Amino acid sequence: MSNATVNRAIDLLFKYTGIFCTLSALVILAIFLINIVSEGLSRIDWQFISSLPSRKAERAGILTAWTGTVWILSLTAIISIPFGVSAGIYLEEYGRKNRLASIVEVNIANLAGVPSIIYGLLGLEIFVRILNFGGSLLAGSFTLALLILPIIIVATREALKAVPKTLREASYGIGATKWQTIWYQVLPAASGGILTGIILALSRAVGETAPLIVIGALAYVPFVPTNPMDEFTVMPMQIFNWISRPQHEFLVNGAAAIIILLLITFIMNGIAIYLRNKWQKKINW
Amino acid sequence: MNRKTTEKIIEGGLALCGALTILVTLGIIWVLFSESVNFFSEVSIVDFLTDPEWTPLFTQKHYGILPLLSGTLLTTAIAIGTAMPVGLIIAVYLSEYAHKKFRSRVKPVMEILAAIPTVVYGFFALTVVTPFLQSFIPGVSTFNALSAGLVMGVMIVPMISSLSEDALFAVPKSLREAAYGMGSTRFQTSFKVIVPAASSGILVSIILAVGRAIGETMVVAIAAGQQPTLTFDPRQSVETITAYIVQVSLGDVQHGSLEYNTIFAAGITLFIVTFILNHISYWIKKRFQEKYE
Repeated sequence: MSNATVNRAIDLLFKYTGIFCTLSALVILAIFLINIVSEGLSRIDWQFISSLPSRKAERAGILTAWTGTVWILSLTAIISIPFGVSAGIYLEEYGRKNRLASIVEVNIANLAGVPSIIYGLLGLEIFVRILNFGGSLLAGSFTLALLILPIIIVATREALKAVPKTLREASYGIGATKWQTIWYQVLPAASGGILTGIILALSRAVGETAPLIVIGALAYVPFVPTNPMDEFTVMPMQIFNWISRPQHEFLVNGAAAIIILLLITFIMNGIAIYLRNKWQKKINW
Repeated sequence: MNRKTTEKIIEGGLALCGALTILVTLGIIWVLFSESVNFFSEVSIVDFLTDPEWTPLFTQKHYGILPLLSGTLLTTAIAIGTAMPVGLIIAVYLSEYAHKKFRSRVKPVMEILAAIPTVVYGFFALTVVTPFLQSFIPGVSTFNALSAGLVMGVMIVPMISSLSEDALFAVPKSLREAAYGMGSTRFQTSFKVIVPAASSGILVSIILAVGRAIGETMVVAIAAGQQPTLTFDPRQSVETITAYIVQVSLGDVQHGSLEYNTIFAAGITLFIVTFILNHISYWIKKRFQEKYE
């Protein structure tokens, strides 16, 4: 065999390896979803969604879990969005070259890589103990808000970066101040991108379990939370609780709850991807 | 108030929000450090680093971090051993071989894999992968490092493949054209020209993936077990640093007790390792970023 034939054979071999690896990712995802749906789908009914937790698997439901998730989602959004977007604006529009900005930038890169469970330890000490929130919705939301802050900041910066200079110059040209330019021109133009980033960050918060376990969120909460100081559980906590039990009936409950959690995650991601595509099309300035 | 003052106030407010992120880091360091000091005032740091047993929740107490470290190392090694080759092959294939349309179809699937909550991966490891492994490997226990590591690997593949693909894609076209012009095959072009040119970006993706695997909690807490044993046998049950923190948090441990402080000592070990990895990757990124611009 000549050298060229060997090389071509290697080339072909790699091509098929590549196809194989890529497709196996798809196959694993498929096995995964089929397994969960076949285990859990038949368990989902109105009773499952509207029932309180119970020691008996067939009577247990996810009412407290999903209401807790909705609470956590809203509170986390309220806390993290203003801070995250403001920090992003500062870094991109004001502090490009100064020292504070460069420290903050290294810091954000580092924070994005800190394991989520460490945020749990931070929340346990600061929010649960020192600020005395206890294992409440508020403590959980603050903890998750800190966790997703770096994601929101980075997304805000990327979106602002994509807004062309000409827009800013036109605004300055008619006498607007820097803040007026940002508020009336740049932010609206970047809003699609920022919103995409926020939704992705929040969908990450919805799926988090570890930090909430550490701050002391309970697996068994027999009531629906009505204010931010109430104790709570969330969907992933409920799932974790069910699948750590040996009885198969609870595993089925876990699978059913996973279907609902995945539905929430996929819908949020779907909205984010839709917004991103729409925004990218619009942004051909 | 005149315009100038308003502008200054707004800028100050925004800067404060930026500075808040520094406060978060300082907060983490302060919390971990102050609670660990309490721990190390009762347990010597030599014992902590060399004692081969970790049994703070038993009557016969030992505080050696080694079993937790070995558990973390084992699951991380299995995860990276799976994710690195697969992730890189996918990255090279998508960037250098695949049709544009195929790429744009595969990318969303990778994003879905990356968006799935980790507790769900834990379920997958426990109910699908472990029984599958047990069917052909003798001696695999219900909770084991192998299953957790493999599933963690699947979880990390999208991270390596998408970050590496970005790095490969950023290599200028002229390099490819030059290589093809010399009569190289796609394989030769990819692995002798493009991959070396993108090596810093690829390295960053791997370091970040290692950090992610070390810090991953739910998959190992669900599927790897809660038995701190100093072993490198992947069929056995192990406990990672993160799984230990979960175990203590789920139990009823009094604030201020030595058991309570152990999770901060475990936490600071975890934080130091990931902190170093993050800074290495940031440095590489900054150092080699502008090579082709």
